[in-house]
Order: sequence, then C-alpha cells, then structure tokens
Amino acid sequence: MSAITIVRQLSEVVLAIAIAPLFGGWIAQCRAWLQSRTAPPLIQPYRMLRKLFHKDAALATTASPLFRMTPYILFGTMVLAAAIIPSIATDLTFARAADAIALIGLFATARVFQSLAAMDIGTAFGSMGARRDMMIGFLAEPALLMVLFNAFLLSGSTALPSVVDVRTMHSFFVDPSLLFAAIAFLMVLLAENARIPIDNPATHLELTMIHEAMALEYSARHLALLEWAANLKLFNYACIGFALFLPWGIATQGRDGGVALAVAVGALLVKLVLAGAVLALIEALSAKLRIFRAPEYLAISFLLAVLGLLVHLLLEA
Amino acid sequence: MEILIILGLPLLGALLLALFGPQRFAADLNAGISMVTLIAVVFLVMRVLQHGSILALHEQFFVDSFNVFLVALTAFVGFTTALFSRPYMRIEEQRGRLNAVRLRLYHSMYQVFMAAMFLALLTNNMGLLWVAMEAATLSTVLLVSLYRTRASLEAAWKYFILCGVGIAQALFGTILLYLAAEHVLGREGMTALLWTHLNAVKGELEPRVLGLAFVFLLVGYGTKVGLAPLHNWLPDAHAEGPTPVSAVLSGLLLNVALYAVIRCKILVEGSIGTYLPGHMLMGFGLLSAVFGAFFLWRQRDIKRLFGYSSIEHMGIITFAFGIGGSIANFAALLHMTVHSLTKSSIFFAAGHASQTAQTQQMDGIRGLASISPTIGWGLMLGSLAILGMPPFGVFASEFLILTTAMREHPWTTPLLLIALGVAFAAIFRKVQPMVFGDSDAPPLSHSPALIPVFLHLAIVLMLGVYIPFVLAEWYRAASLLIGG
Amino acid sequence: MHSPYMITGVLNLLAASLLLISFAMLSRRRTQRLITLFAWQGVVLFASTCLVGYRADLTELYYSAALTLLLKVIALPWILHRLIHRLGVQWDSEPLVNIPATMLVGLGLVIFAFGLAQPISRMATTITRNTIGIALAVIFLAFLMMITRRRAITQVIGFLAMENGLFFAATSATYGMPMVIELGIALDLLIGFFILGIFFFQIREQFDSLDLSNMESLKEE
Repeated sequence: MSAITIVRQLSEVVLAIAIAPLFGGWIAQCRAWLQSRTAPPLIQPYRMLRKLFHKDAALATTASPLFRMTPYILFGTMVLAAAIIPSIATDLTFARAADAIALIGLFATARVFQSLAAMDIGTAFGSMGARRDMMIGFLAEPALLMVLFNAFLLSGSTALPSVVDVRTMHSFFVDPSLLFAAIAFLMVLLAENARIPIDNPATHLELTMIHEAMALEYSARHLALLEWAANLKLFNYACIGFALFLPWGIATQGRDGGVALAVAVGALLVKLVLAGAVLALIEALSAKLRIFRAPEYLAISFLLAVLGLLVHLLLEA
Repeated sequence: MEILIILGLPLLGALLLALFGPQRFAADLNAGISMVTLIAVVFLVMRVLQHGSILALHEQFFVDSFNVFLVALTAFVGFTTALFSRPYMRIEEQRGRLNAVRLRLYHSMYQVFMAAMFLALLTNNMGLLWVAMEAATLSTVLLVSLYRTRASLEAAWKYFILCGVGIAQALFGTILLYLAAEHVLGREGMTALLWTHLNAVKGELEPRVLGLAFVFLLVGYGTKVGLAPLHNWLPDAHAEGPTPVSAVLSGLLLNVALYAVIRCKILVEGSIGTYLPGHMLMGFGLLSAVFGAFFLWRQRDIKRLFGYSSIEHMGIITFAFGIGGSIANFAALLHMTVHSLTKSSIFFAAGHASQTAQTQQMDGIRGLASISPTIGWGLMLGSLAILGMPPFGVFASEFLILTTAMREHPWTTPLLLIALGVAFAAIFRKVQPMVFGDSDAPPLSHSPALIPVFLHLAIVLMLGVYIPFVLAEWYRAASLLIGG
Repeated sequence: MHSPYMITGVLNLLAASLLLISFAMLSRRRTQRLITLFAWQGVVLFASTCLVGYRADLTELYYSAALTLLLKVIALPWILHRLIHRLGVQWDSEPLVNIPATMLVGLGLVIFAFGLAQPISRMATTITRNTIGIALAVIFLAFLMMITRRRAITQVIGFLAMENGLFFAATSATYGMPMVIELGIALDLLIGFFILGIFFFQIREQFDSLDLSNMESLKEE
C-alpha cells in the first residue's frame, strides 16, 4: 500500500464529506426553480449545519446511550461507504477490502441503528417512521442487489472498482440489460433516500413522513450529523449509480496520476450537477405515492432488475 | 379468369351495394351477385374436371382437389343464404329491428365476407391466406353487431378480441413458416410463402421451427374453427348476429378456418415426420366434440344450441383429420360438406322459427308444425340429419369416422359415442316440443324462404345414399394429399 | 462507429427498450399514458426497422419502416387521442389491477418466451436473431395486458401492441415478410382499428361506459 493510494483514499473521503451537503442543496435549488420559487442559496445546507452545531443538544429523559450514539454511527457508516465507493478513483485502500455486497450490509447496519434509535424514545411517530423505513428497506434491498448483479454479470466481479475498470475499458456502448438496471436503480435511489414518490423530504406532514419521523427527537449536533449522514447517503447512492452506469472519467487503475484525478473530480462534479437536475425534475413531475403503493413501486423496480438479468442472459446467448 | 371473377365480383358487388344500398332491390341484387359467382364457380369446377389442378396468376392462386369442392360449397351456400335472407331480412325490417342503412351495411359486408372466404380458399400464398382470414373476421364483426343491442355488441366485441388475438398467433406461425421456408427457397422470387412450393420441399424444412409454427397456427386458426377451449366467441356470435350470418359463419367460415389448419398440417407433418400434428388435432377435436355435446344440455336459446352443435361437429371433423389415413380423411371431408349444408339449413329454419315465435328462447317456441308446417318439418328433418340419423349423409360420415377411430385408436370410441349420444338426447329433447305441441302465434307476414332448407337437406340425403363419382374422386385425391 | 458489432448492439438496445415499454404499459393505469407509450413503441420499431434495413441492405425494409412511422407513430396514436377526447375518457384510469402480480406473471411469460425462442434463434441467420425471444415476449405481454384489463380502449391498445410485437418478430427473424403481405397486414390493422373506433361509440351508446365489466351477460347459466 503506497502513500499515494492513501492520499487518493483520503482525498476521496474528504471530497465526499465536503460536497455531499452541496449536492443536497443543488437538488433543492433545482426543485425551487422548477416550482418557480426563489431558490435558497447553494450553501444553505452548510449554514444549517453550522447553526445546528452551535446549539445545545436537548435529549429526552428516556433516551438511552444508543440514542446518543446513533448519529455518530450513522455518520461513520456513511463515511466508510463513501470510502468504499469508487467515486473518483478505483485504486482505493478500502475499496479493495469490501465488495458491493458488503456495502449493502453497511447501509443495512445504518438503517438498523436509525430505526432502533427512533423507537428508543417511545414516541408514536418515531416507531411509525421506523416501521415504515424498515418496510421500504426490506423491499428496496433485494432490488438493489439485483441491480448490482446486472453489473456483476457484465464485469465478472462483485467489487465496484473492478466493475468500473471493466466498464471503462470496453467501448462506450451501453449494454441493453443496463437499461433495465438503471431504471430500477433510479427507483431504488428515490425510495432509499426518502425522496418524492415514497417520502417527501420537505414536509413534516405527520401521517406521511418517514425519514423526518425518525429524526423528530433529535436536535443540535445530533440532528446535524443525521442530516449530514442523509446527504452523504444520497451522495453515495449517486456515486454507486455513476460507477455502475456512467463510469467514464473515473481514474482507473494504472491511469490515476494527478491529472487523471483532477479530470475525475471534474467529471464527478459535472455528473452530480446533471444528476441533481434529473432528480429534481423527476421529483417535480411525479406525485407522492400513498404508503400502501410503496410495495408495488419497489416490486416493479425489483422486477425490472430481474428482467435486466434475463435480457442479458438471452442477448448474450 | 374464373378466379378473377370469383374474387372480383363479390367485391364489386359490395361496392355497388354500398352505393345503392337502401334501394328495394338490394336484396335481389345481393342474391343475383351470389348467383353469378356460383355460375363462375361452376365454370371453374368444369375447368378443374377437364384439366386437373390449376395454378394461376404467377402461381398466387391454385385449385386442387382439396379446395375445389370447398369453393363450390361456399359459393352454393353463399347463394342459398342470400336467397334465404331476402324474406328473412324483410321481416326483420318490418319489425323494426333493422333499418335501411343497416341493411345496406349487411348486404355490402356479406359480399366482402364472401370475397374474403374465396380468397382464403383459392390463394396459394400462406401470407395472403392470413390476410384473407383476418378480412373475413373483420367483415363479420360488424355483421354480428348488426342489431346494436347490448348482447349483440358484447358478442361482437368478444368475437373481435378473441379472434383478433387468435389470428395474431396465426400470423406469428406464418412468420415462423416463412423463416423456415426462406432457408430452403430463398427470398428472391417470393416463392417462400407459396403453398405449392412449400409442399414440394416440405421434407427439407427445419422440423423444430415448423413444429413450433404449427402450434401457433393451430391455436390461431383453431380459434376461428371454434375448437375448445378457444370456442368462447362462437355461441355468442351465432346467437346474437342475424340468422343468415349465423348460417354462413357456421356453414362456411368454420370450414375455411379448418381448411387453413389442414393446409398447414400437410406441410408440418411432411417436415417433422411424426404424427405430432395429427395427435394435436385429435386432442383438440375430441375435447371440442365432448365439450360441445355436454354444453348442448344447458342451452335455452335456439341459435346458441346449434352454435354448440357446430363446435361439436367441427371437433369431430378435426378429430377425423387428426387420425389421418385415407378413410378418416375421406370421412372428414364428407362431414365438412354435409355439416355445412345441414347446419345452414337448420339455421334457416331456426331463424324463421324464432321469427314466428318472436323469441329465440326455446321455451317460447312451440307448435311449429301446426303454425307453419314447412318451418317445423324443416327444423325437425334438419335436426335429425345433424344428429346422424340414417339415411342422411351425416350418418355415413360419422359412421366412417367412428369405425376408423375404433380400429386406429380404440380408446377414443367411448368418448365419441358419449358425445354423439349426449348430443342426440339434448337436441332431440329440445327440438321435439318446439315442432309439435300447440301454439297460437300468427304465421309470418312474408312466406318464408324454405326452398334452401329442403334443397340442402335433399343434397345431404343424396350424399348419404350415393356420392357422385366426381366428388368421391376429389375426396380421395384430397385424402391422399392430406395423408397422415 | 459503423462496425457490425455496434449495430447489433444498438439493435439489442432497441429490442430491450421495446420490452421495457411493454412492461411500462403493464404497469400504467392511465389510458393516456398508454397511448403515449404505444407511440414510443412505434418509434423504437421504426428505428430498429431502419437499422436492420441499413445493415441488411434491403430497400423494402425502409418502406415498411416508413409505414410504421406513418401508421403507428403518427396516425393511430393521434386517432386514439382524438377518440378518447371525444369519448371524454382521457382521465380514465383502471381500477383493481394488481400490478406487481401482473408484472410477476409477465416475468414468467418473458422466461417462457425466451425458452420458446431458443430453437428459432439458433436457426435464424439474421443479425437480429437474438431478439426473436424479445419479440415473442412483447407479444405475450400485450396478450397479458388484454387479459388483465377491463377497459375497451386498453384492450385495443393491447391488441395494437401485440401487432407491434409481431412486426418486430417478422423483421428480426426474417428481415420482414414480402411487401404484399406486409401491406395486407397493415390494411387489416387499419380497418380493424376503424371498426373498433365505431364500436367504442356503439358500446358507449348502449352501456354508458367503456368498462367491459358491464359486458358479461352472455354466459352459460
């Protein structure tokens, strides 16, 4: 393990932590434009975080240590995930240590802690949010796995960096099965990150909220960490999407000098800007589904991913 | 030349009838066109008698011993049905169930339907066969919904959707056939869909693709034959459409669809060299025969009753073709002829019967023999004929089929016997009180056209006693062609 | 860019999107969305037919592609739109469709279609032979849509989508049928469509709705 690898790894993690809130802010801005509202400034999420960090934390009297630990665990897992996902380079220390299936496990860990913490206080909203989140997670995970299997079949490996390596080495051509997988992935991304067809991140409507319901009891630095972790999660998902479907620009093994890294960062930013706009557009165009429709939505995404596998098997035969 | 007249005349007639439809003479014109078509067919038949099989118009059309008698039968029943429909439709118009505009549609579509059936029978091109079958469906859809009642619309919708789906399967089968043929015959010269060419090279066609093609073709055209379990449209369409349409659907369209299936079977069996197609036909046929027979018990509507009877008989014919061999094929061809004649005459009689009683419900039809003896006896004799009473022709063909089945596949005999027995009991039990018994319904305002009924029954009777040499020769030649 | 590999790849992609659109049709309840999807299916068919024509160097295929564009992308969707406006059902959506179950059945059908198409694909020599399975799957899915839906217009769209699948099967298995047949098929389709259009009005006149669950009186009692 050379020093340059560690530097690459470090810079990637730092970059992820730094621009994750910006990505969230960019989506919010695009949404505001699409709804003909005055957009909040791009750095609004940072101001929010700073404000929250300066406040004193208030804790419920019934809160257990688990409740206090959860924001740190969440933030930690998301940072670790960011370290595994090859967002700008593939030759990473952590990325070699864990494959994409471990990554899904990591997300699942975060979900378990968040749900436990939400139920810890014992309020009705907390446990309702936790229940719903578990249900969506339970349905979204198989779909996500199927999407990943599509990419694995193409590259013959379960590690994201090798997926990227293989995909960038071949032509620019898009495999038909990835068409299905991409749509399935987009659906999972929206569901997992509490975005519009499933949840609305901008409201506190009691009966429909999922993510907000779980964060209801948190304040100050705990809330800041939670929000930051949520932003990181969205950023991570976007980066997984890029790695699977738009891997061009990422510095691959052997071609990851300083220039290549700079190009990779540029490419990442361009992709994020575009992805944010697309996400905002989707959210502006679609209506929130009733919670009972969520299983249907995720089942469709699962089936699409399976279909992608089938199409791959047939067309390659 | 005759072929062009046979195909062109009904189309021209359809145009004329569409233009001058509401006139009084439309019904006569309709009958006249059918008659001229029949005369053209007679000339065609004479030509075939002199010269044997004919290929015409860049090999796109052909006449051999298998289709020549079907063409003649179609033209004949088409003509007699047109005769029958003159008084029948006039009565319907007087009763206010139809108006002049709908009658125009009826006459025009009747001729389009005839043209489509002739095209299907005469064409040598499997693709054109498909197009013609679809055209035949489309032209009859509007005929089935002619009364625009809820029930007739429902029947027509069902007919359209089911047959549309069926015929789409047949198209896929045709595509597969073309795929296999293209390998042997090539794309150039457009011979890859011509039946005569396909028949010549059938041994070289890829068996697996052809086997698959046959499944699709059988399901597709089989829907139109009314084979169970794809028969759902048939009783509804027969019951809700005007009676002349029921008569031509049952008497002609089913035959033409079966003809398409058998043409395909000849190719496929030659290619795959096993009896698989035959066994499939036997299975579908036997199922339809038994199914149709048992459903006869539950019918209350007279036209539905005979619709199910058609399912039963088409099942028997399909079964016979499935057994294959010269005797069974001969019997099947004979049965196709006599069933077509008998069933159309029954529908003529049943149509007038329900007009007399002003209902199609069998409970309401009583005492036909006393009100109008000709209708009553026509229905009675027709029913006896279709039930296979000797000396009618149906008896001869069913007897041949039964004995062949007994020899080749003994296990099917009890099933066939049960089907025939059940059908006999069901129909006889229902027809008997309709014909005899008392009624005070007034006779019809126009004298019913019953010449066709007795003419058909006379021919059926004749075929039971004596089959003309020419016809027997055709049957024999076609039996050899079908093989199996 | 013009390598045969590339063209085959693009064709595969188009075939996959055809299948995707079929699934999207299964999962939509709104009639208007279905019409839009049907038009998109036509666009994909047009593109793939052109591409096959270019690759196989067959002029006939350009004609059938033009026919597709005219009929399935422009004429039929336009008429359908007019029709649903005239009938006032443009916002209709279909109740009581269990979409995940339908899609699961659809998935089974796709597997079945792929299995069925194996022997055919092995035999076909066209560059598009791998897509025969997809064409068959599109046919089956349209069939499924017709079975599961209760609205007259939806059934018709299913019928038209089935025809699309057949057309795709013809191009991908054999580079298209002879032109005469192709024209005959198109004519039948068009006439059938007009008859259905007439039907819509008759049905609505009689039943006050295009919901086919009203049309279940003809049964064996």
